[in-house]
Amino acid sequence: MATDTQTVKRTAFLSRLKIEDDKIEATKEEFNKILNWIEELNEINTDDVEPLIAVNNTPLRIREDEVTAGNCREDILKNAPSAEYDYFAVPKVVE
Amino acid sequence: MTDITKLTVSEALNALKNKEFTASELTEAYLHNMENERQYNAYITECADIALTQAAEADKHYANGTNRALEGIPLGIKDLFCTKNIRTTAASHILDNFVPPYESTVTQNLLDDGAVFLGKLNLDEFAMGGSNETSYFGPVVNPWSKDKPLVPGGSSGGSAAAVAAHLCAAATGTDTGGSIREPAAFCGITGIKPTYGRCSRYGIVAFASSLDQAGPIAQDVRDCAILLKSMAGFDEKDSTSYKTEVPDFESFMDKDIAGLTIGLPKEYRPDGMNPEICAYWDKAAEYLKARGAKVKEISLPHTKYALATYYVLAPAEASSNLARYDGIRYGFRAEGQHLDDLYTNTRTQGFGAEVKRRIMIGTYVLSSGYYDAYFLKAQKMRRLIYNDFMDAFKQCDVILTPTSPITAFPIGDESMLQNPINMYLNDVFTVSVNLAGLPALSLPIGLSATGLPYGMQLIGKPFDEGTLFSVAAKIETDAKFERI
Repeated sequence: MATDTQTVKRTAFLSRLKIEDDKIEATKEEFNKILNWIEELNEINTDDVEPLIAVNNTPLRIREDEVTAGNCREDILKNAPSAEYDYFAVPKVVE
Repeated sequence: MTDITKLTVSEALNALKNKEFTASELTEAYLHNMENERQYNAYITECADIALTQAAEADKHYANGTNRALEGIPLGIKDLFCTKNIRTTAASHILDNFVPPYESTVTQNLLDDGAVFLGKLNLDEFAMGGSNETSYFGPVVNPWSKDKPLVPGGSSGGSAAAVAAHLCAAATGTDTGGSIREPAAFCGITGIKPTYGRCSRYGIVAFASSLDQAGPIAQDVRDCAILLKSMAGFDEKDSTSYKTEVPDFESFMDKDIAGLTIGLPKEYRPDGMNPEICAYWDKAAEYLKARGAKVKEISLPHTKYALATYYVLAPAEASSNLARYDGIRYGFRAEGQHLDDLYTNTRTQGFGAEVKRRIMIGTYVLSSGYYDAYFLKAQKMRRLIYNDFMDAFKQCDVILTPTSPITAFPIGDESMLQNPINMYLNDVFTVSVNLAGLPALSLPIGLSATGLPYGMQLIGKPFDEGTLFSVAAKIETDAKFERI
């Protein structure tokens, strides 16, 4: 199924990526090229096939809900582009 | 004395034990090479001071007889592994100032065994690419390049180039769709992607979590066995890490292969395939036959669909994993008036073209209305591809294929850059293995008429890396490939 300009714009929005207006067409074409190629999967009927989500046969382990690596606020904030009062700082969200 | 940087890891370990030179001398020799060979662009970050401190520590261990499995061996680390207090970029602008406050489990395991870290190696941005050309820090040059610069393969291109050019004794890599095996093949060296779950993924910048695995890239098969032993092991911090014993992989090197059945999948020899690589493939099979193995044609019927399946699943997982790069907690931030502008500006300026392409595709195939048609469909195809291998392993012990249908190509190749699918096609022989979670090793087999290395791939049953080392050792001995 070929996609349209509107869908490309919406996908960019969901991805939080900006595509300049003059690049939309080219992006759409590239998108369709890849999607057309993926279409070949429809040659195989998979109605009765169980999806394979992960190759591990064992169920994922669950651990106790407890702090395992705490008390490192300073270390973590060192990488923050902006930090104030021991918190990550962002532009004002609430007017 | 001969050039000590040309020694393999096992040779260097013996020499260090015999006090032929010190760990500090060995590290200095590699640092010297790194300084003189920057034209390869193999390292993103060099850490000479740290390396020399670690080497001095290693020398103390040799002096008092407490030397460990990799004591004083200078390694390069793919810049996808978080290293405590050493910048870790994933070759992306969005992480180019990120200094992790913690260490990945795999690199910690190597440090615990006494390894020395020379620096962080270049790669495709977020490991997304097959040529190392998507790196924010520029392409890596293949040491086999002749009149024009060739790609080293990707995504672990810096790792493969650095090992081939003796800028480290061995390196770590990661492999999501062939990122260890393809560059190893292009650079005429050896690499292994172990079984999914064998090495912890904790602290490795995530690309596609159900496919990503770490593994070594090294001069030869034995070095890969030695490195993998150190890197592997169960880890509480990775919920997909598998609780099983890590065998002494090196001990499999000398194991007889008589009686083993080697499968050659007929789907890996499509019409029009390069006759040079076909001839090498036959030759590798002959080597094994001469040593008493049985060679048998097998079928992996859904091979044709593996690439398209991969290029749905990997971008889907990537789009989810890369949602965390928003300019708030770490990495690059581009300002914006509102929070959403900040996110969008940060990601638009911070990610490169290929990464954005994959995030978009991944977001699309996961979005409402398309999920069943693409993502669920691909998960079902993944089951069929997995079943193909399980059926094949009822008839054979190991599968032998070429690693890649081609040799290294020039940097900036037009046909690769114009159509992303052409680049994706390089992964045609490697992606199925990741979809099925199997171990696979690539080793050099010989040169093309143009003098560039071809690689052979051995695929094993889950957690049967040992047999891969047994078989690879025989091909290596018989092929007598000459490294740089």
